Amino acid sequence: MSEIVAPPIANRYDFVFLFDVRNGNPNGDPDAGNMPRMDPETGRGLVTDVAIKRKIRNYVAMARAATPGYDIYMRDGAVLNVEHRKAYLHFGIEPDTKSKKAPKDKAQDLTRWMCDNFFDVRTFGAVMSTEVNAGQVRGPVQLTFAESIDPIVPMEISITRSSVTNEKDALQNDRTMGRKHIVPYGLYRAHGFVSGRLANDGKKGTGFSETDLALVWEALANMFDHDRAAARGEMTARGLIVFKHDSDLGNAPAHKLLERVTVARVGNGTGNDGPPRGFGDYAVTVNETDLPPGITVEARI
Amino acid sequence: MQLIRLKVWGPRALFSRPEMKVERVSYDVITPSAARGILEAIHWKPQMVWRIRRLLVLNPIRFESLRRNEVGSKIPAGKVTAAMRAGSTEGLALHVDKDRQQRAATLLKDVAYVIEARIELTAKGRADPAESVQKHLEMARRRAAKGQYFHHPYLGTREFACDFELLEGEPLQPHESLMGERDLGWMALDLDYAVGMEPQFFRARMVDGVIEVPAPGDEGVVA
Repeated sequence: MSEIVAPPIANRYDFVFLFDVRNGNPNGDPDAGNMPRMDPETGRGLVTDVAIKRKIRNYVAMARAATPGYDIYMRDGAVLNVEHRKAYLHFGIEPDTKSKKAPKDKAQDLTRWMCDNFFDVRTFGAVMSTEVNAGQVRGPVQLTFAESIDPIVPMEISITRSSVTNEKDALQNDRTMGRKHIVPYGLYRAHGFVSGRLANDGKKGTGFSETDLALVWEALANMFDHDRAAARGEMTARGLIVFKHDSDLGNAPAHKLLERVTVARVGNGTGNDGPPRGFGDYAVTVNETDLPPGITVEARI
Repeated sequence: MQLIRLKVWGPRALFSRPEMKVERVSYDVITPSAARGILEAIHWKPQMVWRIRRLLVLNPIRFESLRRNEVGSKIPAGKVTAAMRAGSTEGLALHVDKDRQQRAATLLKDVAYVIEARIELTAKGRADPAESVQKHLEMARRRAAKGQYFHHPYLGTREFACDFELLEGEPLQPHESLMGERDLGWMALDLDYAVGMEPQFFRARMVDGVIEVPAPGDEGVVA
């Protein structure tokens, strides 16, 4: 069993995360033939919370592969119940597969063990009520959908491939055509919340520490650099503005803080600015005047 | 009667209907249990319980569909036991990517509600002379006014975080499309934790945007 030495966080945080995409598909919509997700009413692009969390997990899995306590539970190739079984084995108990319930006196120990060993369980929480029950955890880090600042106009690009898959196709001398969906440019904004109490509460807390928090910031800043793919195009983290509360319950309403971050188009003066095609077409401002008492703001990217 | 009135709003919400939760479909409006969850996110102690009195719907009811990749199955325990006996995890691997289920959700768009609730003491709270409804109400009010919370409240599921503010003074007016009487059908009231988390339902009727919520024991509440 690994030891998490760092104490759990003692503050609440609210943050704005900005990232952009150039000639890529940041998040395909399975309902629309993998076109980039869009809000049908506003035309703005969407990236789901789970898409962002997947990238954070992938980054941590890669960057902390050898560090005890930083296992990733929801990883590629993970066998969920085997991970639960590890917890049972650790405490030398047999899972009761009939009642599907963890032994009452051990339930908390099992959950604690999962939190101590798995970064994503500690951070995002996990439902572990499978046949080998290891409880349910609510994680301190909560993400919302990212939405683009301006409407996006997805383009369909047809591509060809000069080889074929099987021999029969080769006889017909046919080339295969494929399609790619791209967003020429989009700047996306996501909101996130870190609950101090879900980290440090005696019963419900996951033990999410300052070290873990630093790793979340690190992952947000760097995760796109390690998620290159043909479909993604160029994705870049552009801003991470963090509001830190003095206390774990918080010192100000979250929406009043997040409203302080504004992203606006930069005009060229002609009044005919055309569609945005780069981060330079936007100006990000953070209003730091008269911050509520007990709030500090930091730009992490 | 001592009440708290909290305005909550957000760009999206999902209050899953229990009969349609594989491909989730939201109720038309926030459920009393979701409203209770929002209040509990701000203040809750085992000595007290939140009772939703009334829900006020402020925005027009609109839906949107969203399909996401989710993790599908669970591994049968028997297979795991077999693998353990064999002393090898060979062949047991479940790739998250291969265990995909794509599930659509029908979400509510751009919602805003006013939750009106009161507090009752539980048996634990009544046994302690230091506890009072007033005390908890004041604590909840102070936290809501300052924007404080235990965890960030949400509209049905955690990705749909909501903003909130304590409402004092003039009541808010619902959108004109909500005027008149509307039968919202049978709706989940809450889970009865006393009887093994049994769900309870009530017939939700919205009159000029207002839904009166019965208490668990009231007439018209069925399990």
